[in-house]
Amino acid sequence: MPEMNLVQAVNDALRIAMRHDDDVVVLGEDVGKVGGVFRVTQGLFDEFGEDRVIDTPLSEGGIIGTAIGMALYGMKPVPEIQFADFIFPAFDQIVSEAAKYRYRSGGEYTCPMVIRTPVGGGIRGGHYHSQSPESLFIHTAGLKVVCPSNPYDAKGLLTASIKDPDPVLFFEPKRIYRAVKMDVPEGDLELPLGKAKVVREGEDVTVIAWGAMLFEALASAEEVEADGLSCEVLDLRTLWPVDIDTIVESVKKTGRVVIVHEAPKACGFGAELLSMVTEKCFVHLEAPPVRVTGFDTPFPYTLEMEYLPLQHRITPALRETVAYEP
Amino acid sequence: MQTQEQVVPIRTPESSYGDEVVTVIAKDGSAGPADPKLPVEQVVDFYEAMVRTRTIDVQLERLQRQGRIGFHIGSLGEEASILGSAAAMRPQDWIFPCYREFGALLYRGMPLQTYVDNMFGNADDIVKGRQMPDHYTGRAFRFGSVSSPIGTQMTQAVGFAWAAQKKGTDEVTSVFFGEGATSSAEFHTGMNFAGVMKAPVVFLCRNNHWAISVPSEKQTASKTFADKGIAYGVPAVRVDGNDVLATYKVVRECVERAARGEGPALVEMLTYRVGGHSTSDDPRAYRVQDEVEQWRRTDPIVRLRRHLETKGAWDDAREEELTKSTEAKLKACIVAAEKKPKPALGTMFDGVFAERPWHLEEQAAELLNGPRAKDHH
Repeated sequence: MPEMNLVQAVNDALRIAMRHDDDVVVLGEDVGKVGGVFRVTQGLFDEFGEDRVIDTPLSEGGIIGTAIGMALYGMKPVPEIQFADFIFPAFDQIVSEAAKYRYRSGGEYTCPMVIRTPVGGGIRGGHYHSQSPESLFIHTAGLKVVCPSNPYDAKGLLTASIKDPDPVLFFEPKRIYRAVKMDVPEGDLELPLGKAKVVREGEDVTVIAWGAMLFEALASAEEVEADGLSCEVLDLRTLWPVDIDTIVESVKKTGRVVIVHEAPKACGFGAELLSMVTEKCFVHLEAPPVRVTGFDTPFPYTLEMEYLPLQHRITPALRETVAYEP
Repeated sequence: MQTQEQVVPIRTPESSYGDEVVTVIAKDGSAGPADPKLPVEQVVDFYEAMVRTRTIDVQLERLQRQGRIGFHIGSLGEEASILGSAAAMRPQDWIFPCYREFGALLYRGMPLQTYVDNMFGNADDIVKGRQMPDHYTGRAFRFGSVSSPIGTQMTQAVGFAWAAQKKGTDEVTSVFFGEGATSSAEFHTGMNFAGVMKAPVVFLCRNNHWAISVPSEKQTASKTFADKGIAYGVPAVRVDGNDVLATYKVVRECVERAARGEGPALVEMLTYRVGGHSTSDDPRAYRVQDEVEQWRRTDPIVRLRRHLETKGAWDDAREEELTKSTEAKLKACIVAAEKKPKPALGTMFDGVFAERPWHLEEQAAELLNGPRAKDHH
């Protein structure tokens, strides 16, 4: 089994999907000859040609608008937005058009497409190369949102996203694009959307995380293990529709929950997760649910490591949550 | 009103049209050199479609005033630009609408009952009561889906045309929009992508001179809307949009050109929005009646009728029969549509995704088992 990093795994999933299905096309800024600014689409141009790996004019609204048109016709476009921070010129096309086509047309038209985009901070990118806008899309009826944390999941979830009949936002955590290498099977690999993974079993507290922050959560879980605390760590993998069963089962077991995400706190996805946990596990809770998140500021450059919910902030949250007594 | 007259010039046909505007039907009803020379039965067919469209428009506006439907957005005065364009599309071609083109959808074969069901949002509405009236669609008629925000359909039409080309077809996609939409980002992006990709798309700009209350000269400093094609390398033509034969000829040429792989085109159709923006608008608040009257003199239906009369192909008796039969058919459809039930409650949760996820199952149960609203419209 070959070892791959996340970039290679996404590339592999795209290549296999394009080999299987002529309707799959990749389009975006710099995705063709140069293979993308992160090299995620490297080599696809040479294998599939300029008709299927398309360098577009520099307009996110145009990339998504034309991709929607292709999807309506019956193709399977996989547009790339170079950084999630650049997605907003296409916001209207995503939330009012792609997300609504099936519903608003009574099923006459559907919009199967996967919008790939690198997400998250910790890469010295400043405000415009670091944000995590997932909750804006989760809030939008009609979109699925995926964020893998490792190469294996990235390949399997991207394959499922491309086969999905509805539009999917596929957020790639760029901080760990090349940080993790692992065995990824050659050939077909598909993992179902909507399934979280218990990556570490524990008894005292549940930590919910995804993307690059999963590794911070795992590091904190190991750190507090020395004190005798047993943490269960969930990797959501698909943010929406979220795997509520796995969350509820875990929180009912531990009675305590810490939610970690990079995005700002107010109306971040953690707010929704916290509400769900409170609604569905209220009598099982032994401590107030806690969020460790980015702050409600623009994403800072120099102080980004203070902004991010890294191990140094997760560890005390775990200790305090477990120590909580009413 | 007087102040307005002093500040804002009246937009007469004479002030809008230059020498470069393609026209066929002259004042006396004769056809000029650009005549597409269609069989007279086909021209009669255009005429009947235009009269039907106007008759339906008038009746639906009445229906809205009576409170029986919530909304209507019509095409009074713009029938030639809409029907002439629709007729110029070949059966394999596609139309992406703005929201003023129900005439084109009916021309493409949507049954009148299906359209009227959309006006009522009932259980048989093609969009299942999920959108307000006149937000129709119909894949079988190769007709896109209406949304309200301006311009969004343009980049989509380009991608759609592009996909049809990639799949090896000769299908052409046309996209309707008003002159106001040329100010939207999607117009510029769509034109640019289409030019670069040589997509087989025809941009149909209905320059009806008013974007709700904002006149066309406030949308652009360009001399004409067609001028905008130059920047994108997209050939552009100005046509008399109140002349169905001229519109047909110009759009047809653009369609055939696109089908040959020669790329996109922009057509500026000069016409006039005789009615309000929609039933929610009263244009007397922002424009002078004299302007409307001047445009009425170039009424596309009157002009085409005069042309047909020169050929002895139309008379009062046929006109009366057409209007009466259209009104009768429409009335029957309205009566039927009013009797149909609303969409079933649970359908609110269908079609968000191909399959209902857990949270929508949960919310559907909450709705179905919960209290009902009292004041349904």
